[in-house]
Amino acid sequence: MSDLASIKDQYDLAVIGAGPAGLAAATLGARFGLATVLFDEQPSPGGQIYRAITETPLRERSLLGEDYWKGAKLADDFARSGAHYAAGATVWSISQEREIGVSMAGRARLLAARHVILATGALERPFPIPGWTLPGVMTCGAAQILLKSSGVGLDGKVILAGTGPLLWLLAAQYRRAGVRIDAMLDTTPHRNWLAAMPHLPKFLQSIYAAKGRLLLHEVKASVKVVRGVTALAARGEGRLQEVAYRVGHRREIRLPADTLLLHQGVVPNVNLASAIGCVHHWDETQLCFVPEIDEWGRSSVAGVSIAGDGGGIAGAEAAAETGRLAALDAAWQLGKIDDFARDRHAGPYRAALAEARHGRRFLDVLYRPAAAFRRPGGDTLVCRCEEVTAQQVLDAVKGGATGPNQLKSFLRCGMGPCQGRLCGLTVTELIAKARNTAPGEVGYYRLRPPVKPITVAELASLPQSDAARKAVVRG
Amino acid sequence: MFRRLVEPERQSVRIVVDGRPIAAAPGDSVAAALLAAGVLTCRTTPVSGAPRAPYCMMGVCFECLVAIDGVGSRQACLTRVRDGMAIETQQGKREAGR
Repeated sequence: MSDLASIKDQYDLAVIGAGPAGLAAATLGARFGLATVLFDEQPSPGGQIYRAITETPLRERSLLGEDYWKGAKLADDFARSGAHYAAGATVWSISQEREIGVSMAGRARLLAARHVILATGALERPFPIPGWTLPGVMTCGAAQILLKSSGVGLDGKVILAGTGPLLWLLAAQYRRAGVRIDAMLDTTPHRNWLAAMPHLPKFLQSIYAAKGRLLLHEVKASVKVVRGVTALAARGEGRLQEVAYRVGHRREIRLPADTLLLHQGVVPNVNLASAIGCVHHWDETQLCFVPEIDEWGRSSVAGVSIAGDGGGIAGAEAAAETGRLAALDAAWQLGKIDDFARDRHAGPYRAALAEARHGRRFLDVLYRPAAAFRRPGGDTLVCRCEEVTAQQVLDAVKGGATGPNQLKSFLRCGMGPCQGRLCGLTVTELIAKARNTAPGEVGYYRLRPPVKPITVAELASLPQSDAARKAVVRG
Repeated sequence: MFRRLVEPERQSVRIVVDGRPIAAAPGDSVAAALLAAGVLTCRTTPVSGAPRAPYCMMGVCFECLVAIDGVGSRQACLTRVRDGMAIETQQGKREAGR
């Protein structure tokens, strides 16, 4: 831990994010003699996958599972690496010249880095269903964070809904913790199984197959799983009281509910990379924008690399390896190691990365969320912050809004505090469908710094340069 | 309905939520402490006044905005509890700019 004053004006390497990619990158960077700083918003290392790894109150290892505890070694190695660790630090701006704006405890600083590795990870894909803003509805990831960091579980009627590995993992963790789940509503489209079949052989050889099978078996033995759910709504006065769902054309079924946990996969958290100006493209399998990076994680902006799920979803194991590769390349670019050393070190990391990526395609295709849950209609809120509905978005497109940025001026859509994180992909896909074009053509919100809201007081706390003082002096 | 699976260690942290004292665990975020204490709604929206609760718990959704020690619109999920911390839930537009 450190405070703002202990942060230097200049580092060789700045890493943003303390998940597997960031921890591995900072550890290796420091080991190669780079003056390294790691900024992370959370108070302790681990990112979301290894959240609270150094301090979770759930000490019984089998509860969260051995995959979670792999994070302990990453955090341990990092703690001994000599890299400067700035926890509770929000990076709100990085320029193309790698000037970094960061806030800690309500005060801000600017500093410079010769190389930046973005390891900002993933966030859960928006899941816009009727009533998803009601208290009592949250994401599976959020519920899992409560479990990991505070040992908080649930009472009452609990329903899980959606698609993807995390849904099953959380259900298993809850079972082990003694949390009762009333129903799991699986929205995986039936036809995804057909589409995924060609990728099954590779998956069966992968590190994920055996674990996945055990997980499914464990959950199915204890939870009522409803397959093929095609419509979903959360209802209640002032808070969630009921979950309604439909399977195909069958009649609607209503379940009393206190908590609904939603999940339909994760997507790269692109806000910081986009605001810097890194080029992104649309990934039609993962249905999200992904930064363009090379085999070392280099982005389109010189001196800025991207590691981990922020560079494309591949999971925690792959994240650590891409973090190491980006750090190796940074050490090479900054003259700490020669070509030979870089390539020799990279060998085992690339082999481990290939193993971690092997079979992922099956998961991507199988858990590709259905259009009905990505492109809502009617009164369903798309932009939670400004409370803009799907119908308003569609009307604005009819009225001439051609892309997400025009929607801002039409509807304030995406202009609230979350800065489009919870509506960006929905808006892009809605517009693409309405205009009968590709999401990649429609593009994403133009993101600008600060990528997190900061107060005027924080800006005012920045140390003043001579140039800044002269700029406001008259005459 | 959230509940603690592990009771906080002896030295629990005391915070005050809308004037009401609440016990929290040392590793809790403000959002986790609120949910564990049964405070489900942390604000109402500036646009329609609809109630909102923490949604992502990882700093991206901004639903968990509360006033902490007099400073408004702080992200409860990114702020760790401290003994004596004063939390106020936010009501609609009136307090959005606090």
